[in-house]
Amino acid sequence: MSLRTSRSARTGQYVALLGYLVFLAFPFLWLISTAFKPARELGSLHPTWIPEHPTLDNFRQAFDEQPLLQAAANSLVAALSAALIAVVIATPMAYVMARHRTRLSAAATGWVVVSQAFPFVLLIIPLFLILKNLHLINSLWGLIMVYVVWALPFALWMLVGYVRAVPPELEEAASVDGASRLRTLVSVTIPLLAPGIVATALFAFITAWNEFFFALVLLKTPEKQTLPVVLTHFLGAEGAAELGPLAAAAFLATLPSLVLFAVIQRRITGGMLAGAVKS
Amino acid sequence: MRPPVRTAAAAATALALLLTGCSGGGGGTDTNGKIELRFQSLAWQKESVDANKQLVKEWNATHPDIQVEYVQGSWDSVHDQLLTSFEGDEAPDVIHDASDDLADFAYGGYLADLRALLPDRLTADIPEQSWRTTTFGDGVYGVPFLQEPRVLIANTKILKASGVRIPTPANPWSWDEFRQVTKELTGKGKGKATYGIAWPLKEPVSVTLNLGLSSGGQLFHRGADGKVTIRLDEGDQVVPGTIRDQVDTDHSAARTALGMGGSDTLPGLFGGRYAMVPLGFSYRQQVVEQAPEGFEWKVLPAPAGSDGLAQGVSPQTLSVAESSPHKKAAAQFIDFLLRPPNMVRLAEGDWMLPTGTAALADPALHTTENGWATGAALAKGLRSAPAQSVRGYPEWKDKVATPALQEYYSGAIGRDELNRRLVDDGNRVLARYQR
Repeated sequence: MSLRTSRSARTGQYVALLGYLVFLAFPFLWLISTAFKPARELGSLHPTWIPEHPTLDNFRQAFDEQPLLQAAANSLVAALSAALIAVVIATPMAYVMARHRTRLSAAATGWVVVSQAFPFVLLIIPLFLILKNLHLINSLWGLIMVYVVWALPFALWMLVGYVRAVPPELEEAASVDGASRLRTLVSVTIPLLAPGIVATALFAFITAWNEFFFALVLLKTPEKQTLPVVLTHFLGAEGAAELGPLAAAAFLATLPSLVLFAVIQRRITGGMLAGAVKS
Repeated sequence: MRPPVRTAAAAATALALLLTGCSGGGGGTDTNGKIELRFQSLAWQKESVDANKQLVKEWNATHPDIQVEYVQGSWDSVHDQLLTSFEGDEAPDVIHDASDDLADFAYGGYLADLRALLPDRLTADIPEQSWRTTTFGDGVYGVPFLQEPRVLIANTKILKASGVRIPTPANPWSWDEFRQVTKELTGKGKGKATYGIAWPLKEPVSVTLNLGLSSGGQLFHRGADGKVTIRLDEGDQVVPGTIRDQVDTDHSAARTALGMGGSDTLPGLFGGRYAMVPLGFSYRQQVVEQAPEGFEWKVLPAPAGSDGLAQGVSPQTLSVAESSPHKKAAAQFIDFLLRPPNMVRLAEGDWMLPTGTAALADPALHTTENGWATGAALAKGLRSAPAQSVRGYPEWKDKVATPALQEYYSGAIGRDELNRRLVDDGNRVLARYQR
């Protein structure tokens, strides 16, 4: 009886999971379907999941009209750099905040939370002026700097949680065994933090990869613009859009983050398991 | 503990130094005596982008001393992007926008007054009613160059089979006749669609106000003291009343379309679900691209009221940034872009009508193909959109008028409540801007 209940409960869980996955996947699948549909199928009253006459015309048109490859390269540089720099800065800060709980670190944590509530519009003009004085307008470096600053609070917050999850006893044991502070950090703490660092980097990457408003305002020339900005060039006034090319370009824009997530996700899981065994 | 902190501090310092050393550079300045202008265009359809880029190329080839860089902007976010650029003193020299977006920039001192910069040829070529859309206070802050009337795009087969009178610009439907026609087109059987019309009213305010001009609707009234107040007269009730009756009383307008954008209604038009949809003139391009083989369609004028075929528009504009050090050169470039043959190229690229009298007379814009002739015939009835220069209009539109009209059209509130909200709540909003 108990086994049967357990099986039915498990079946229910799988059905719920499947439903959830379908729900999550729907927009992406529809995007793929739209990307391969000719214009006349896009205007059909009875749209189909599978394009009746699949075409690559939308992709051709998208590449023909906008510098998508250049934009993708810019996005990749900005997002990867921002993720890397944010993690390099946030990791030691998070360690300090997690291991030394003082009023200052509590205030810093509070500030991190509050800073997430600031709307972009409030920040953009002072930020613009600062970057202008630094001659960093229309510069990918300027944008990377903004992305790092933008990602840093949340990255810090995430990493503090990961550091706290690492038992201090492990570091103490390493110390008792004669390991130096640096050796303890490098050989014991950092490996255990690896999944958290990777997850944080992924968060920073995706945030930067998808970001639109800062890129729109800070980058002026077409050769500097990132993918989210270039995607808006397929949109007209009052919601009019070149739907096919837009879907094709948006589909291509989602691929890098999907691929990255697919690759890194295994490492996150692997790292978590490794951490569990050690602790 | 200290080593990581020190490492982090060192890394942060090094990063800051590295970043401050990497400058992206700006633009719009003289180098070796050559003037460099940045032209931010909002063209987005391929033909339109191509036309703009080609014109920039032609200009650059013939003006070695004034070189123009084409910069792509987007309609979706142009206001915030420009505002930030103005505040940061990094605005493009030549700015493409819509006239209803200019008021705040003009009053804010961000745009140059063009009166002394533009040549007489261009000033005389564009009619006074179009200049009114870019005149704020005593200054002119943009050159209106493309505009589009709202038209009815109709399924020709359904219209012909139903036997209703086909309207022309010379003999349009009245609003009463229009209501009757949509009833006749609704139903089942030959010559009938599921609905006579689909009103895509995701953004109901501009449609309601702009079409309201045909029946004398004004809504915004400027007093002797210069202050604007909202008042609903008889003429203001015609358009919203007709739509409400079509949706709620006659059931000749699709209720589900009320939340749609213009593009969303096209599949229903192509599939015979709707006999007609009221759309901007430029939507013809999407019809041409997306309509199934054999779909026959026609462009009809919007219904006429006591003021004939008048309707409000917010033309696309070209402005010059006040901060530009090369205003005269920028105005010269605008003059080049808007020479009649060039204006025709831009209009064809955007599937819109030029404001210029000479360009509008071009035979290419008077063919019956794709409804060009019908649109061109409507041009003389186009006026400045009612709320064009009213400060506080965007807030009134978003916070008061949009939800009120949406609720009214869907039948959630009645006419008295609509009037109360548009007028009482609306005047409170406007008052804050006019203290």
